[in-house]
Amino acid sequence: MEYGFTTAAYVVATILFILSLGGLSGQESAKRAVWYGIVGMALAVTATLIGPGSGLWLLSLLLIAGGGAIGVVVAQRVQMTEMPQLVAAMHSLVGLAAVFVGYNAHFELVRVLGMDEAARALTDGFAALLAHKSSVEISILRVELFLGVFIGAVTFTGSIVAFGKLAGKMNTAAQKLPGGHMLNAGAAALSVICLIWYFNSGGVFPLFVMTLLALFVGYHLIMGIGGADMPVVVSMLNSYSGWAAAAIGFSLGNDLLIVVGALVGSSGAILSYIMCKAMNRSFISVILGGFGGPAGAQAAVEGEQVAIDADGVAAALNEADSIIIIPGYGMAVAQAQQAVSELTSKLRAKGKNVRFAIHPVAGRLPGHMNVLLAEARVPYDIVMEMDEINADFPDTDVAIVIGSNDIVNPAAQDDPNSPIAGMPVLECWKARQVFVSKRGQGTGYSGIENPLFYKENTRMFYGDAKDSITSLLPKLD
Amino acid sequence: MKIGTPREVMSGESRVAMTPESAVQLRKLGHECVIEAGAGAAAGFSDAAYKAAGVEVVKTAAALWKAADVVAKVRVPTDAEMKRLRSGQTLISFFNPGANDKQLKQAADKGATVIAMEMVPRISRAQKMDALSSMANIAGYRAVIEAGNNFGRFFTGQITAAGKVPPAKVLVVGAGVAGLAAIGTSTSLGAITYAFDVRPEVAEQVESMGAEFVYLDFKEEQSDGAASGGYASVSSPEFREAQLAKFRELAPEMDIVITTALIPNREAPELWTEDMVAAMKPGSVIVDLAAEKGGNCKLTVMDEKIVTENGVTIIGYTDFPSRMAAQASTLYATNIRHMLSDLTPGKDGVIVHDMEDDVIRGATVTHAGAVTFPPPPPKVAAIAAQPKKEAPKELTAAEKRANEVAAFKAQTKQQVTLLAVGGGLLLAVGLVAPASFMQHFIVFVLAVFVGFQVIWGVAHSLHTPLMAVTNAISSIIILGALMQIGSGSWLVLMLAGLSVFMAGINIFGGFLVTRRMLAMFQKS
Repeated sequence: MEYGFTTAAYVVATILFILSLGGLSGQESAKRAVWYGIVGMALAVTATLIGPGSGLWLLSLLLIAGGGAIGVVVAQRVQMTEMPQLVAAMHSLVGLAAVFVGYNAHFELVRVLGMDEAARALTDGFAALLAHKSSVEISILRVELFLGVFIGAVTFTGSIVAFGKLAGKMNTAAQKLPGGHMLNAGAAALSVICLIWYFNSGGVFPLFVMTLLALFVGYHLIMGIGGADMPVVVSMLNSYSGWAAAAIGFSLGNDLLIVVGALVGSSGAILSYIMCKAMNRSFISVILGGFGGPAGAQAAVEGEQVAIDADGVAAALNEADSIIIIPGYGMAVAQAQQAVSELTSKLRAKGKNVRFAIHPVAGRLPGHMNVLLAEARVPYDIVMEMDEINADFPDTDVAIVIGSNDIVNPAAQDDPNSPIAGMPVLECWKARQVFVSKRGQGTGYSGIENPLFYKENTRMFYGDAKDSITSLLPKLD
Repeated sequence: MKIGTPREVMSGESRVAMTPESAVQLRKLGHECVIEAGAGAAAGFSDAAYKAAGVEVVKTAAALWKAADVVAKVRVPTDAEMKRLRSGQTLISFFNPGANDKQLKQAADKGATVIAMEMVPRISRAQKMDALSSMANIAGYRAVIEAGNNFGRFFTGQITAAGKVPPAKVLVVGAGVAGLAAIGTSTSLGAITYAFDVRPEVAEQVESMGAEFVYLDFKEEQSDGAASGGYASVSSPEFREAQLAKFRELAPEMDIVITTALIPNREAPELWTEDMVAAMKPGSVIVDLAAEKGGNCKLTVMDEKIVTENGVTIIGYTDFPSRMAAQASTLYATNIRHMLSDLTPGKDGVIVHDMEDDVIRGATVTHAGAVTFPPPPPKVAAIAAQPKKEAPKELTAAEKRANEVAAFKAQTKQQVTLLAVGGGLLLAVGLVAPASFMQHFIVFVLAVFVGFQVIWGVAHSLHTPLMAVTNAISSIIILGALMQIGSGSWLVLMLAGLSVFMAGINIFGGFLVTRRMLAMFQKS
């Protein structure tokens, strides 16, 4: 009876999870969707506690409550600008949990295999599940848990490195050990050997060696990816954590784990794909790390960067009718979103058409800019995607670029030798006038020269983004 | 070198190709200047003024042509002047080389070099010597002034004690240099100004001058003037029809019509037909700046002003620049001076005729005994071609349909291939794997499928909440730990316990942070 109940609860939970993801298609339905997710999770945990996992439910509840308390505190304290590192950190937890669960499955398997028939009949809980497996099923089980541990371990160290880079605790530049990708390939090849070894022997040693290798792969893989590619990395790790859960689900024979793991895995994969497309780069080239060297001499940039002061920008804003603001990671770094929001409401109060143009890879997390602007109470219906707004730049009086660089680089369209050639960019230079708020002269993360800064209709508004924007506010009459 | 300017012999021509001011500049290039007595009189420059600028004044035209190494003048030379041209001499003038074969041959046979000012290519570097533009500018200005002279009302609308005066409505056809100058003059006089051009890209320029661009309701891609050096080209019959229909609609409202439409090396197109003239109000004025090439209106009489039966004045003067001789001479002389400074790269009074130079090559029509007209296309494109010209909207319905069908077929093919490969793989797995595994595997495949379908619909702006929520959901791994926690040794218990703990952090943290984010999104 209890298993029937569990399965029923799992089906309901599955549907709730699917609805929860599907509901994110719109801002309003998303608010409902998150509740579906919460209820689904509660249902799944309750059903498992009552059903197959009924062993030590008091301890389980205590542990969940303890973890939950930490989770609540973290979730309430985190700054919206720190969202990328939070997401990365949470991925690492899922990865580590997958590793532990995989190991447990292995230990239990060894224990059960060591029993005789009579003892097997007496097992309960998880061990009973294992006890009923045939030898073919046990072989498959080994592959599954091996995969689960591998992906989990890669996710764990990968996420920790990503966290370090996003939180600024590590150098964000792409770094590789001597040997580069050969090291990763070698580690992966060794892992395959371990798999065959483990498959035949069933001992803990190959599993352990593989875990070390996987931990190394995760570390080295993400170390080799530069800061500007972080949106892809984070969504990729998200995908991995899902696949790890699915692999573990296989080894535990738990359909809900499989379904949810697959959902999360495919979601992360699609996000990575969207991010790669937004940068016009193949997934492989992102994973292999860093921007490839330029294919030829980049077109030399002619002209000079012309600076402007706050009075000049304010005068232009006072005259403009339509304004598009293009935020980038620099806005997040400078914590300028509140100032930008104030500027927006002030300009809107004067009847000007103010909109935001968001490039898919702006920031360090998919959708990062949207969240920051939402936090600063910028209404989401004036925040546009690249495809929605790109055609409007020629009719725009003023475009303000705040802390973004590569996503507004005209070289992507004009210069076939540019490392970012072919990447879709926001065509802000078509606006009548462009102001670029930037800390100083110099290239962005990718080190690519930006001809936008040298265009005739571009003026450089040097200084910290927050101070710059704030200094504009009193000057708007 | 000696630069000489004769008096213009054509009757009614008041301009002069050298002013005292330009002479000073020419002397700085190392040249000497010489002018025929009385050459500048009609434009208001006395011989004394020339003398003061260091210019030698000679009595007769014959003496001037003999003395000068370079002769700079305005009008196409007369036959008498051509006779005076000698070998090795350079003539800088308007020359109309497209329809002047006889004089071209004559000059080439004599071994003289002729630089035709109308042939200066339209590139940025050559703008300073583009005499057509500077003359057209004057013509456009003067056209409005002449129109105002013959128009019985104010340009600007006024409300006076003596009654209300409506503003004049002016239509400028052709927004080239002359057209834009006319628009500028007309709007600054206060008239409501409309402008039309076959090149849609000039709409912005027209609007920047304060006029309203007249758009046609016409689907066909209008030709981009960039390809032909900024000049208009011949348009299709359908386009012409649409254009005439629009003009017919406008004709009764317009008080003043200024037509400036010219196509290089062709007769002027007829744009203002007789029925449009008939539809205009009495007292209206038409200024036809294309009169020299046959006129944009067939009723135009070249060099004359006529009044039609219904009281519409049609002005066909061709000498607008000459009517403002002082201004025109200053600009033209400056154009000539710039041409000479390009010809004198060393500023040492030595003329170097560099036939590799785009501008000089383009303008030279005879050189070293040969006719060098027409010139090869310039190496530098006159105006950057407009990008994204091949807009896909020109597809016919049949093509669209074909494209759709092709896209549909490609999609079908892709899907079928994917399904076949996927199905094959599933079968292959099913052959070896036990049934219990296949059960889970099918669930897995279906879940991946559902995931792909669902996630595509997620809004871009919600990608961060999506990541947070999938993160929370991926802590479903807690189920595995919960199942294991009660089973087996202390090691298992510890690992499972840790997993439950970590997943707990994730569940609460993930969902809460998602809620926090979603609560922030608000509509305006």
